[in-house]
Amino acid sequence: MEVSRHWRLQEQRYKLVGETCDSCGVKLFPPRDVCLECKAPAYALYTFTGLGELYSFTTIYDAPAGFEHSAPYTVALVKLEEGPIVTAQLTDMDESELSIGMPLEMVTRKLRTDGDEGMIVYGYKFRPIFSQQVAN
Amino acid sequence: MSEYKPQDGLMKPDRAVGIVGYGAYVPRYRLPASEVSKMWTNGTGGTPIVEKAVNGLDEDVITMSIEAARNAMLRAQINPQEIRAVWVGSESHPYAVKPSSTIVAEAIGAVPNTMAGDWEFACKAGTEAMQAAIGFVGSGMARYAFSIGMDTAQGRPGDALEYTAAAGGAAVLLGPGAESVAIINGSYSFVTDTPDFWRRAHAEYPSHGDRFTGEPAYFKHVSGAAEMLMESIGTKSGDYDWAVFHQPNAKFPERVAAQLGFSKEQIKPGLLSPRIGNTYSGSTMIGLTAILDIAKPGDRILMVSYGSGAGSDAFDIEVTDKLPEVQNLATTTEAYISRRTEINYATYTRYRDKLKLS
Ligand SMILES: [Zn+2]
Repeated sequence: MEVSRHWRLQEQRYKLVGETCDSCGVKLFPPRDVCLECKAPAYALYTFTGLGELYSFTTIYDAPAGFEHSAPYTVALVKLEEGPIVTAQLTDMDESELSIGMPLEMVTRKLRTDGDEGMIVYGYKFRPIFSQQVAN
Repeated sequence: MSEYKPQDGLMKPDRAVGIVGYGAYVPRYRLPASEVSKMWTNGTGGTPIVEKAVNGLDEDVITMSIEAARNAMLRAQINPQEIRAVWVGSESHPYAVKPSSTIVAEAIGAVPNTMAGDWEFACKAGTEAMQAAIGFVGSGMARYAFSIGMDTAQGRPGDALEYTAAAGGAAVLLGPGAESVAIINGSYSFVTDTPDFWRRAHAEYPSHGDRFTGEPAYFKHVSGAAEMLMESIGTKSGDYDWAVFHQPNAKFPERVAAQLGFSKEQIKPGLLSPRIGNTYSGSTMIGLTAILDIAKPGDRILMVSYGSGAGSDAFDIEVTDKLPEVQNLATTTEAYISRRTEINYATYTRYRDKLKLS
């Protein structure tokens, strides 16, 4: 596992930091420095609220290396309230309670562990909305 | 040398310091004590609690501290760049070398102009970080300082601790008294070298001195810190609306409360061990957040932690009129406790990583 690659992705993984387009205001995640809508440069950082909805999902039974310990797990496309769709694992849920369009919120969890001696990678996952601030 | 007086040991900062934000975290899984008892004693014999909280496969002290700290930030509504310390107290830091606290600081947006550190003193690591944070803010070195007590506690399979060793904790953001939802009137620390419980560097599970854990350890230090603090401030048990003591089980805090003259009503809202178990470094602090969730302006709270090895930190805390404004800005402690998914012993074994996959 490349330690440096994970380190460069920390901002977006821990806090959902993406970018916003200066000219049309479109929000980008992951950051790509160029607006997908109007092709203008987009360098201004934007921290997403972490709220979104379930767009689609699938359950992984045969997990790739580094994820064996968590199989089976559910991977989803999550449509953030600002627009972009991100791929992420779902957590704190039973598959039976999932329905397309249900509201989700971002949490920071362990994504993978590089064996017994390597680093632990943390990042965003989503769960069915639970937090109080959303209910208010 | 003149004779020692309790007032000499009272820790009170020059400037008023208080809690400007607080947040709890309890994972959703619960292992009923009856599951442990079925496994090891064929269901005979009593259980020290009803059930305990267990972290999921993707949770550890770092992820749990991040959620508790985010809850504290929702209540504090301050700029994270003004935080000068992020301190995490735990006996289950995921790394032996590499601080939990830098990851938490990064996730809440406090880096890079801040201190970060991991604290260790068995179950009182979080409250000693609180005392240090009070000093940090009270001296003017920091406007805000975070102290977090969080654990994913380990009990050897079949050991008495397996019934109670649980996961959870709380984050407390200390700041200027004028901005606080609760003022710290003073605190006291009381420690001796008492070998009641330990874990050697490469051991997976802790060892303990059985009967030695009661009188000379828990009771001596908890009462010692509480009595010295109350004597130095000039208060009695009746002056407090609420009290919370470290909770290795349900019985110890109830007994020490009675010995110190506190009623069952005074300790009720903060006594969480029957429903979530012993969250170690989180235990006393999450009892405090449960009290803050229901307390009213003017309420006075006594909080006393306990850490094996051994020592106690006692705090006199007074709620200000700002508390009602923030109580519902983040998920309450009770909401986390009520969110529960029961698991059996087999699932627990997997979640606690007791099955080694090769
Ligand atoms: Zn654009």
